[in-house]
Amino acid sequence: MRFYEYEAREIVKRAGIPVTDFGFATTAGEAHDIAARIDEPVVIKSQVLTGGRMKAGGVQFADTPDEAAAKAEHVLGLTINGHVPRGVLVDTKAEVAQEYYAGVVWDGIRKQPVMLFSDMGGIDIEEVAETHPDHVGRAHFSNILPFSDFQAKQVAASVGVTGSRLNKVVPILTRLARLFVERDLTLAEINPLGKLGDGSFVALDAHMEMENEARPRQAALLDSLGVGEEETRQAREATEFELAGEAVDGMDHRGVAGNVTEFDGDLGLVIGAGGGSLTLFDAVRAHGGRPANYCEIGGNPSVRKACGLAKLVLQKPGVDRIAVMMSIVSNTRVDIVARGVVKACLELGYDPAEKISIFRIPGAWEEEGFKILERYGVRYADRSTSMHEAARLAVEGAA
Amino acid sequence: MSILVDADTTFIVQGITGREAVNLTRECLDYGAGAKIVGGVTPGRLGREVHGVPVFDTVAQAVAHHGGPIDGSVVTVPPAFTKDAVFEAIENGVKLVVIVTERIPRRDVAEMVELATLRGARIIGPNCLGIIVPDVVKMGGIGGPARDAAKAYTPGPIGVISRSGGMTTEMSSTLSAAGLGQSTAVSIGGDAIIGTSYAELMPLFEADEQTQGIVIYTEPGGRMEAELARWVTEHESRLPIVAFMAGRFMDEMPGMSFGHAGTIVEGKEDTASEKIARLATAGIVVAERIEDIPVLMREKLGVAT
Repeated sequence: MRFYEYEAREIVKRAGIPVTDFGFATTAGEAHDIAARIDEPVVIKSQVLTGGRMKAGGVQFADTPDEAAAKAEHVLGLTINGHVPRGVLVDTKAEVAQEYYAGVVWDGIRKQPVMLFSDMGGIDIEEVAETHPDHVGRAHFSNILPFSDFQAKQVAASVGVTGSRLNKVVPILTRLARLFVERDLTLAEINPLGKLGDGSFVALDAHMEMENEARPRQAALLDSLGVGEEETRQAREATEFELAGEAVDGMDHRGVAGNVTEFDGDLGLVIGAGGGSLTLFDAVRAHGGRPANYCEIGGNPSVRKACGLAKLVLQKPGVDRIAVMMSIVSNTRVDIVARGVVKACLELGYDPAEKISIFRIPGAWEEEGFKILERYGVRYADRSTSMHEAARLAVEGAA
Repeated sequence: MSILVDADTTFIVQGITGREAVNLTRECLDYGAGAKIVGGVTPGRLGREVHGVPVFDTVAQAVAHHGGPIDGSVVTVPPAFTKDAVFEAIENGVKLVVIVTERIPRRDVAEMVELATLRGARIIGPNCLGIIVPDVVKMGGIGGPARDAAKAYTPGPIGVISRSGGMTTEMSSTLSAAGLGQSTAVSIGGDAIIGTSYAELMPLFEADEQTQGIVIYTEPGGRMEAELARWVTEHESRLPIVAFMAGRFMDEMPGMSFGHAGTIVEGKEDTASEKIARLATAGIVVAERIEDIPVLMREKLGVAT
């Protein structure tokens, strides 16, 4: 889950890392008041969860509160890459002597966090790592031992930072490392970390992402930042159809029948499980099919949930037929899914044999499941029909 | 032979009184020669039995009852309690921990893995279905009820490693139908950080005489495939590898996660197309369809032998 910059800056600030005076505004009036309080030239930055703000005109400078209000008005109305800004960050326009980079990410191979530091900040760290590898210091750190100052010192010193700069940077890096761990972040980046004319360091921009799985135990922090539970913060906002999928999955706690993503095709998919859905979605597209949605069934959901998911997909405008397909199931029961999807058709007044182009779920309780499908004349396949072959049949059936 | 487990492996089930764990226990007891489940642990449930398996409050009680070290544990407790359960197993001498639980924050997983490394233990998972040695033993829900597992898995020369539990069975079933049985199939889990990756299992398969080839199921997200490609190149592996890559469509949707938590593409090395290219440079063939896997493997084995 990605944080807006104004939230990330707040997280950084609470961790004791110096930031410039800033405020978050959703109206021109609020921007005016923040600029008046700061009482210095300010930067107005669009708050969107996408890159390329600067290029799109989402970052503006203002010398007076009135100018700040006018610029905020403009930026608030500017859609960037399809994202409507949540508001603007009104920030002190700092006189920066040098820009640094400080970040912490996970290394999935070493299975430890890794701290990155560079004296070439303000640009993408991956770019710096490619063009100037000697300007990027890095160090993995333990998940069990507490992070210690010397580790930060080693990283900063490795790119030639010394003198009073070193002593000022170390506590910032240490706090960032601890913040990363304590807040279950998957990315904690201060870029740029600015060295000001007076030699002090401040975080001028921050990018933070929190692991979705940790949201429950970080509820207090999220609540204090005003992040709602319903905000998925995915690359795009959830559609109504996707939210309805969430509601289906939330009907009870048995298994999964949801994780719906909307697409604009005509073939409705009721598919699973995790890896099976990925495989089947690819297979449908490889056969020229245009899926209306992605979804996942797994972990032995109830008839009610399987039915709810099938109904949702069947009712999506433009969907003519659905394909019900999974990789071989072990704990999900074939008969339960069969009952659910047949029920969905019947309750909507459809003939299951017409609406279900193919049912391919082999595995646990398959004999019982296939009996139900036979009774309603639904075309089904066992494991001797491959997932790709089933996808082909589904695509042809939908045409 | 097999890797990780065999007919003599003793293990416990932590969280044994949960609905899924009760089923899993039944399945493991029924499969092959019958798993040696020497106890179950659910705090507060000392004295109960699950399918004849005695339940204890602590792992230490289970070890004392068994009268010696216990080889493994299948952990099925809720995500908020998993780290504690795994620490408990490791600190009581368990050397192989299969974590079934999903949705465990990465930090907890990383802590568990680091402790396991310190103690010379190994973690499989989380978010996995476990390990199966066809007709011999299974540790975890892999393959489902014994009669279903028997339909998909047959003994043979292929080692299977998969980030998807369900696809482990789908691929093994396809291999079995084509006459290629499995030495051991391991569901390694779908999370961003897992206890044991492809490259970390390779030395075990490499040392297993029965294993003649490896089939892997892969997805976008993470760098485990790059790590495998590097391992194979550096160690001049004797084992031909055929891979299947699911989720190719995700390349068009950066920042979105599908299927498993670990699939989110966080860097350009994580994409399906980049991974396919990397695997190819290490001589690993990537199948377009599941049914092509046995065909490609036979070609590889023909060349290799």
